Amino acid sequence: MEARFFLRFLLLLSLLSLSFSIYEDQVGLADWHKRYIGKVKHAVFHAQKTGRRRVVVSTEENAIASLDLRTGDLFWRHVLGKNDVVDQLSLSLGKYVLTLSSRGSVLRAWNLPDGQMVWETILQVSNPTDLLLHVLGNVKSGRDSLILACNGGFIGAVSSIDGVIVWKKELSVDGLKLKHVFQPPESDTIYAIGFIDTSQIALYHLNAKTGELLKHATQSSPVDLSSEISVISIDSLVVLDSTRSSLLLIKFTDGTITHHHKPLSGIAKDFSDTAELIPTKLNDIFVVKTPSSVSFVKVKGDNELELIEKSDQTGIVSDSLTLSEEEQAFAVVHHSSNAINFQVQINGREVLTEAIQIEEHRGRVKSVFLNNYLKTDKSHGFRALIVMEDESLLLVQQGAVVWSREDGLASISNAVPAELPVEKEGVSVVEVEHTLLEWLKGHMLKLKGTLMLATPDDMGAIQAMHLKSSGRNKMTRDHNGFRKLIIVLTQSGKVYALHTGDGRIVWSYLLTPLLQSQRCPSPSVLTLRNWRVPHHNALQENPSVLLVGRCGPSLESQGFLSIVDSYSGKELETLILDHSIAEVVPLPLADSSEQKLHLIIDNDLNAHLYPRSSDSLKVFIGDMANMYYYKVENAKGVVKGYAFKEGHGTGSSDEYCFSTRELWSLVFPSDSERIVATARRKMTEVVHTQAKIMTHQDVMYKYISKNMLFVATVSPKATGGIGSAGPDEASLVAYLIDTVTGRILHRVTHQGAQGPVHAVVSENWVVYHYFNLRAHRYEMTVIEIYDHSRADNKDLMKLVLGKHNLTAPITSYSRPEVTTKSQSYFFTHSVKTIAVTTTARGITSKQILIGTIGDQVLALDKRFLDPRRTANPSQEEKEEGIIPLTDSLPIIPQSYVTHTLQVGDLRGIVSFPATLESTTHVFSYGIDLFYTRIAPSRTYDSLTDEFSYVLLLITVVVLVVAILVMWAMSKKQDLQEKWR
Amino acid sequence: MNPSSSLLSLLSLLLLFSSALSFQSDEFLHHDDDEFEGVRSSRDPAYVSPPVRRRPDLDLSSASDSKSVQFTLEHALGDSDFSVAGTFTARLKSWTHGGQTLTKLRFTRNAISDAEKGLFERLLKEDDFYTIRIPSNVLNPSGKDYVVSSVRARCLPRESLDEHFVIHTDGVNVLAVNYGSAGGCQYPRPLKFPAKWSFSSYTVLKNGEQAPRTPTFVEQLIASESPLEEGVKPPEKSFWAKYWMYVVPLGFVVMNAMAQATNAAGEDQNQGGQPAQRAPAVRRR
Repeated sequence: MEARFFLRFLLLLSLLSLSFSIYEDQVGLADWHKRYIGKVKHAVFHAQKTGRRRVVVSTEENAIASLDLRTGDLFWRHVLGKNDVVDQLSLSLGKYVLTLSSRGSVLRAWNLPDGQMVWETILQVSNPTDLLLHVLGNVKSGRDSLILACNGGFIGAVSSIDGVIVWKKELSVDGLKLKHVFQPPESDTIYAIGFIDTSQIALYHLNAKTGELLKHATQSSPVDLSSEISVISIDSLVVLDSTRSSLLLIKFTDGTITHHHKPLSGIAKDFSDTAELIPTKLNDIFVVKTPSSVSFVKVKGDNELELIEKSDQTGIVSDSLTLSEEEQAFAVVHHSSNAINFQVQINGREVLTEAIQIEEHRGRVKSVFLNNYLKTDKSHGFRALIVMEDESLLLVQQGAVVWSREDGLASISNAVPAELPVEKEGVSVVEVEHTLLEWLKGHMLKLKGTLMLATPDDMGAIQAMHLKSSGRNKMTRDHNGFRKLIIVLTQSGKVYALHTGDGRIVWSYLLTPLLQSQRCPSPSVLTLRNWRVPHHNALQENPSVLLVGRCGPSLESQGFLSIVDSYSGKELETLILDHSIAEVVPLPLADSSEQKLHLIIDNDLNAHLYPRSSDSLKVFIGDMANMYYYKVENAKGVVKGYAFKEGHGTGSSDEYCFSTRELWSLVFPSDSERIVATARRKMTEVVHTQAKIMTHQDVMYKYISKNMLFVATVSPKATGGIGSAGPDEASLVAYLIDTVTGRILHRVTHQGAQGPVHAVVSENWVVYHYFNLRAHRYEMTVIEIYDHSRADNKDLMKLVLGKHNLTAPITSYSRPEVTTKSQSYFFTHSVKTIAVTTTARGITSKQILIGTIGDQVLALDKRFLDPRRTANPSQEEKEEGIIPLTDSLPIIPQSYVTHTLQVGDLRGIVSFPATLESTTHVFSYGIDLFYTRIAPSRTYDSLTDEFSYVLLLITVVVLVVAILVMWAMSKKQDLQEKWR
Repeated sequence: MNPSSSLLSLLSLLLLFSSALSFQSDEFLHHDDDEFEGVRSSRDPAYVSPPVRRRPDLDLSSASDSKSVQFTLEHALGDSDFSVAGTFTARLKSWTHGGQTLTKLRFTRNAISDAEKGLFERLLKEDDFYTIRIPSNVLNPSGKDYVVSSVRARCLPRESLDEHFVIHTDGVNVLAVNYGSAGGCQYPRPLKFPAKWSFSSYTVLKNGEQAPRTPTFVEQLIASESPLEEGVKPPEKSFWAKYWMYVVPLGFVVMNAMAQATNAAGEDQNQGGQPAQRAPAVRRR
């Protein structure tokens, strides 16, 4: 009996260690997934009398989403992708969401409650320009309502029920751009107003049911028209002229065009600046913005203009909101010292002013969307969605921020890992586990779960404990290096620190508004780097990150640097530089306080050393003779290499500035090759073994060089999409280049292959993905490169006698004798991005992380991409772990790192090591974020979280008891034996 | 210089040289064997050919479908400007499918002038770069696009100045030139002057390599299965090699058992006295 019990224990123990892919109940233990939508550009409120209140938004990241107005949670979301930009968003019949996308050629209707697509209509548009989407509410063609999509001179009328094109009309007039479509109430005629070039105003009468052109009139304008219009009522609009100094008031009554020309200076004296019309839809009011002020002008009668209000602050104005037949409201948002003033006006009369406190790190207000609701006392209440400079979305109501969404995180451009602070003394891990009793109870529960004795309640408790336990959300460093910060930079220039435990935002920092000044008019952040990673002598210092940016939109504008503390998000130092920024080169050197040296290359190819201290200068000059820099000029098809030398090119006496000299250059012939992809090894990657042991005790030395650059070129014809070139015209050339000498180490041509090419370089190999036109399939090729000049080190006697040259320094100037091994495999998916796992010491085998077209991350074992795979591996090769050759790479469903989740619009995958050798962090980002830890060779160096120590303890106790019992028994038996 | 180090350097030189020789024979040649041509005889390292400029029309006469092209090598010593240092002559071969390739590359170096020698000495002292360039388009050099390559000057001196060109071409375009010493380059680089102030050059022309087509496996698997049946069996291991891990413990067991058996036999002889000894022991309890 006892023996069987033991066996069961042992069996269970062995099963625990066998788990490779995760179980369903392990989802969310080490990973997290966050969904965002991006910067909102259109918002349509849906205020049905019943049901929950929601808002439909479309964003810069081409997502459409329905949000809960009470909490900001997502009801549903669709990501349309990069090539399908949402241009217009509207609601129809109160139950459909309409989107016009792909430059006005795709019209879709989505079901409002659940986001399912109802219909999709492709409109054939010749030359898309200004896009209009107009939902006609009162056309009584059956019970259907018509949707008008306008584009240049094209009008299409689509039924809102099923998306059938009822009629379409191409107004074939050159240079016609339709600006406004309207339909007077109780009329069957649609009026379309447009401008022909910049000189004529045209009015078209169309039959609403058939699209037949009834009448048209043109009138030449007295001034050149700009494209800025403001619709002030259903039949009149205001246009700014091309000199931006006067206005044209255009009115359409009974099919005739009347216009009045008004100079802006007539309204107010100081309208001498160049003005802008803010495109609003207000009742008889238009908004003129000059660099110094915002003015509201009311149109009275036919041609009277009256200045209602003029504010010196530049404010943001929302679209108008129709409250009733007469009443129209709009909102204006101004900035005051540390709050924003939210103002609502009804027919130009101020009804509501609220000062709302908003965190400083959100920057300035970018746009406002106004919505009203009925208060308990039956009066109108107002709330607004506010989009901030950091792309976050806020809902304000009753003078407070009700909820906020950090949608800036949908546009991450760069991510680096950072350590958490070391645990202070006095705070021990035991504190997390409360008391011994709790601890024991927890383990008993786990044990019950393991033995399948647990009730559903217990299972729930176990699950909750898992989520809470292991202190994974603590703000201190752990022994295994599982808890870290991921510092990310977004397109808006905001920096966030995310905790790897649960993905929460630890701190965030928006630099640009603080920096904005005369010297730096429009700052934008380019990149994020690790600035200080304390190791040995600077452990007291906090780690920090470096932000590099430009002060203006042009490439020539001067740059700035900012150093931010990784623990707190506090700015430590900000420098506005005197030079431009072309590239930031992190050097593998650090000064005495562990600040990493960086070279900033400016547009004149001068290198500027940072940090600017004598210490760093000494370190750099000591190694300058061995420093090289390379530059890939994609447009010219040139790769160039440079060395540094002292002295500024222009002769200034800045000792931190170095000039460069060209050492080598490669010129790809422009008629046959275009650079499409480059890749190189991660600077921080660690390689554990330099040699690879082959079968038959043979040794090959890996060619391990941090200076190896992979460049892929395709023939110019094949740079377009797949199908743009035939297999005979397309070719792809892969190069491995040494960036110190410009030496081409390997060059191979794939005939009939074309991009897009995605590549990853690690250790001594490169893996790249491309399309094979001959086989009509995607392909992945691996190239491994081995060093032959060290091959004679195999001799053991030499090693013993110390005659080997393993410790001799390697110089790139020696002609390398390299051999390559290569193999190609078919791969089913197209790839969005590709990365490789990195571990602390490089012992663990590698997995290639592939961002698939389905927005998932697939971990593919590098063993599948071994060039030595053969169809029939010999016994030795099998023992070595070589997989028999197949023509395509297997996709094992369990090897999806993202399991069932999707990372919408996946753009990048970052892998960084944990302290534990077997484990690596994987962070993937797109519109969504996903983080997990993976162990490519399983966790061979630690027990899993699942491991039950109590089980072990009990086993030991039972064993001891059993031994004692057996001992007693045997003694007894012995005695009996002796008495016999 | 002490004798041992000089001996060592001589040895390494010799080694390097031999590696260079072996390299020559190993070189993968794309079109024909005579692509690889140095100006001097590779057998005799001491022999340096006088820098004679070959006349291009000599080559013209040899083949009707190919014509000769010439392009110049320019060099810069340190920060100086580029000046002409030699001439490459190659034959332009037209293919039936329309492509053109360069073959039969020959190179003649101009003699080093005294001024250049002085500059080169300075380069060696400062461990600076010696830079060369050739036009990327050899048919009609625009004077704009050059492929450039550099080497630390101290890598070059051996007996004379040994240089090695690898010219990567794509049709008639020169993609890159890789320039360096003929063999390895020591690091740290010692200052050493050549015995003879002349260049001895090796040139290699390299065309692209075609990637093998991805194996489509249906046929290949079938093809590979048939020889399997015929039996390319792994070499039969000897009995000992296969089963030693079983035999050795077995041997131990047998030996143990035998030892025990002899022991037991010995005990049997002693057995007579045992019960008598046991009885008092029990009584003691």
